[in-house]
Amino acid sequence: MTLPRRSFLKGILATGGAMALGTSILPETVMAKEWPQNAFEAENVKDVLLKLFKTVTPKESNQIIIDAPDIAENGAVVPIEVTTKLPKVESITILGEKNPTPLVAHFNFANNADAWIKTRIKLGETSNIIAIVKADGRFYMAHRAVKVTIGGCGG
Amino acid sequence: MAKSTIRLQAKLKNNVTQVKALIKHPMEIGTRRDLKTGKLIPAHFIQEIICTHNGEVVMSAIWGNGIAKNPYLAFRFQGGVVGDKVILLWKDNLGQEDMREVKIKKSRRRR
Repeated sequence: MTLPRRSFLKGILATGGAMALGTSILPETVMAKEWPQNAFEAENVKDVLLKLFKTVTPKESNQIIIDAPDIAENGAVVPIEVTTKLPKVESITILGEKNPTPLVAHFNFANNADAWIKTRIKLGETSNIIAIVKADGRFYMAHRAVKVTIGGCGG
Repeated sequence: MAKSTIRLQAKLKNNVTQVKALIKHPMEIGTRRDLKTGKLIPAHFIQEIICTHNGEVVMSAIWGNGIAKNPYLAFRFQGGVVGDKVILLWKDNLGQEDMREVKIKKSRRRR
């Protein structure tokens, strides 16, 4: 990453933003939402849920499929795939239950996006991966155990 | 222009566009120590990801430090046409950002 590029990009974003990717492309609704620091810093699942969704405990659902290795040799890179047949999915949230800060990621989907996401996460130790799906205004959750041989959070 | 931090592809098959992104980023969690100096390595991770199709947001995400280094991300959406513009943008906790634009291509692989 070279500096000229960095400042070049910043220049685009600051000044010509409207043209390149400013207000026209990134609607206020998305960008205006502050990054929820308190949820990402919460140290247990219950706290994350409280900070992120404020309400309720999500309902356990067998309609959410979490695909992940049963044994992850390296906790620093755990491939996971989350999908659900639930209708009208608005978001999928991924948590690593025993991570120092469990909240990993929160994905919002537009109406035309499939309820499917694939990524790679870190797990500090053997733990459940929890997926929370918001569908049609209601919350559902599922988990899957992953055994970690080498933790992904140490130095 | 210097090389982008984002590798992006959007491929159409059976009316579904699958977007795959690979981003070069350290995703430092902020609690690791430098083995030589013993000093904490400051947190440095992507916080926001946005993907648009012809200017409309199809997927946006907020990330913490629990996404693996050099993040990989794949997702799908309906209604894309070959040649449509797909843009992916990321922004990290230090205010750095990058974007990449690709056109939807037809997938050569069969399902």
